[in-house]
Amino acid sequence: MIENRPVLTFLSHLILIFGVAMIAFPIWITFVASTHTDIRMTQVPLPLWPGDQLFVNLNETLIGEGAAGTNNVPVWRMMLNSLVMALSIAFGKIAISLISAFAIVYFKFPFRMMFFWLIFITLMLPVEVRILPTYEVVAKLGLLNSYAGLSLPLIASATATFMFRQVFLTIPDEMLESARIDGAGPMRFFWDILLPLSRTNIAALFVILFIYGWNQYLWPLLITQDTNMTTIVMSIKQLLESAEATPEWNIIMMTALLAMLPPILVVVFMQKLFVKGLTETDK
Amino acid sequence: MANIKLDNLLKSYGDTEVLHGVNGDINDGEFVVIVGPSGCGKSTLLRMIAGLETVTSGEVSIGGKMVNNLEPADRDIAMVFQNYALYPHMSVYDNMAYGLKIRGIAKSEIKRRVNEAAEILEIGDYLKRKPRALSGGQRQRVAMGRAIVREPSVFLFDEPLSNLDAKLRVQMRLEIRKLQKRLGVTSIFVTHDQVEAMTLGDRLMVLNGGYVEQFGTPIELYENPQTVFVAGFIGSPAMNFIPATARDDGTVELQNGDVVPGVATTGTVTLGVRPEHLVPHDKGMFQIKVLMREQLGANTLIHGVLKGTDTEMVVSLAGTHDISEGAEMRFSAAKKLLHFFDATTGKRLS
Repeated sequence: MIENRPVLTFLSHLILIFGVAMIAFPIWITFVASTHTDIRMTQVPLPLWPGDQLFVNLNETLIGEGAAGTNNVPVWRMMLNSLVMALSIAFGKIAISLISAFAIVYFKFPFRMMFFWLIFITLMLPVEVRILPTYEVVAKLGLLNSYAGLSLPLIASATATFMFRQVFLTIPDEMLESARIDGAGPMRFFWDILLPLSRTNIAALFVILFIYGWNQYLWPLLITQDTNMTTIVMSIKQLLESAEATPEWNIIMMTALLAMLPPILVVVFMQKLFVKGLTETDK
Repeated sequence: MANIKLDNLLKSYGDTEVLHGVNGDINDGEFVVIVGPSGCGKSTLLRMIAGLETVTSGEVSIGGKMVNNLEPADRDIAMVFQNYALYPHMSVYDNMAYGLKIRGIAKSEIKRRVNEAAEILEIGDYLKRKPRALSGGQRQRVAMGRAIVREPSVFLFDEPLSNLDAKLRVQMRLEIRKLQKRLGVTSIFVTHDQVEAMTLGDRLMVLNGGYVEQFGTPIELYENPQTVFVAGFIGSPAMNFIPATARDDGTVELQNGDVVPGVATTGTVTLGVRPEHLVPHDKGMFQIKVLMREQLGANTLIHGVLKGTDTEMVVSLAGTHDISEGAEMRFSAAKKLLHFFDATTGKRLS
């Protein structure tokens, strides 16, 4: 904008700064808490500046026993579980929805639109709605306490299928015809043309789906009893509950901080592709 | 190298028939232009030859072999699309090499062919670029290069020039023609532009509403149009059509009572005469009231109506002429330059 109104600029900046502070302050407190001893965290007033216990707490949390009074595995193990689950969900969803969108857009088969709408209405059935029957199925398949059990039921995705369908629809028909004249079969076309052309969309979707997978709480809680399979998001709640005495805030906050890290890294490193994937229309 | 035979080709989508039995023999090495207004089925016809549309009935043969059920890749053809359809994520080189790679042709051979085509088309400097870094004309060349490297027996062009600006279009038109002459590959070119059609084609197939109106050399079509549609479509400015009534003595009477030598027939006819064939003449049979004139330098266009009627007429005179608007002039045309068509069927009366 070319307008120059100092008051307006000041006001809008004020609001923006206030908004940033609203989000950032709790995270700052989390960080500060993770750098003090547990004793300091029980005294008032609570510290507002970092202490010197960061690496001690990190060591304790990441590979040590963790909070006293819990029988949790070390946090690195939980992070690994979360990572495997989030990656399986993200890659699984992308693979399945790419293939189903490919089928729906490029193949003529009976009841094609019916299948599309069937996929589409599963939007109305998230895990939380179908949690009991899904549990039953997973249990009968013997997938409790396994990575497959953690990720498989969350992999089917109507949203991603729909998104890829829209992406494929923007690719001109001539591209397919040209590939046919070049002698590319359907799979070759998929692999050589469609995949590279949806690259940025895949990246954008990956960011969203990774965070979705990482933040899963209810489903892992239900199907993992083995502490070796606990995910990090589940564990934060358990840390609070299991501490019979005063909660060890330094450890809890360190765990929370570690739980935040991978999604942030994914967003930071894939930001460029993410924005491109959602806005780029040049095909 | 191959000839193409179209035998009673028919195409329908559901109950709608869009091509009603197209016949035609295209000789080896010939450049045939399929021309017609939009929606006449010309692209559909081309796509049926390419194998991108199924054939409802009839036969397409390429090189004496029926290809109705062959995949496009197996028909030994190459096609240039209107929007070029280059793969945006591949470099120019990869775009041209892709089809060859799939065919399993050796790397060295691919390289030789791509470089050769790039040299012919003067795109050697852009081989590493992505299509989006190219101008429209350059993309057009890449699309042609992709067709050339295949060394097919038939080139198919689907309005490849319509996305270019007017100047470039004329230039590319010439280049396509030269290239085709040089390579001697049988080519079919679809366009709605009759000038493009006239300049490019050895022969023209005029399509209208899914029917072949006429199939012949540009001059045949110009001098001897078989239907009113062809007569009006070929030539610019378009032919004048004047309703008339045949008389017993082999002449026809125009609506204003003037009599013009005609053909032996009865009933109403359509008299056609090209604007450039009308010459001013004191005793000319066409009396025209001038409404407007356009000075184009090389020639002068006179727009008017046939006196006593509201039939619009256009006359094209060579050079500049100072004719005032509102004047009445007489024009005549040699008898062999008058065309007569049946008023109801639109067919030529010889």
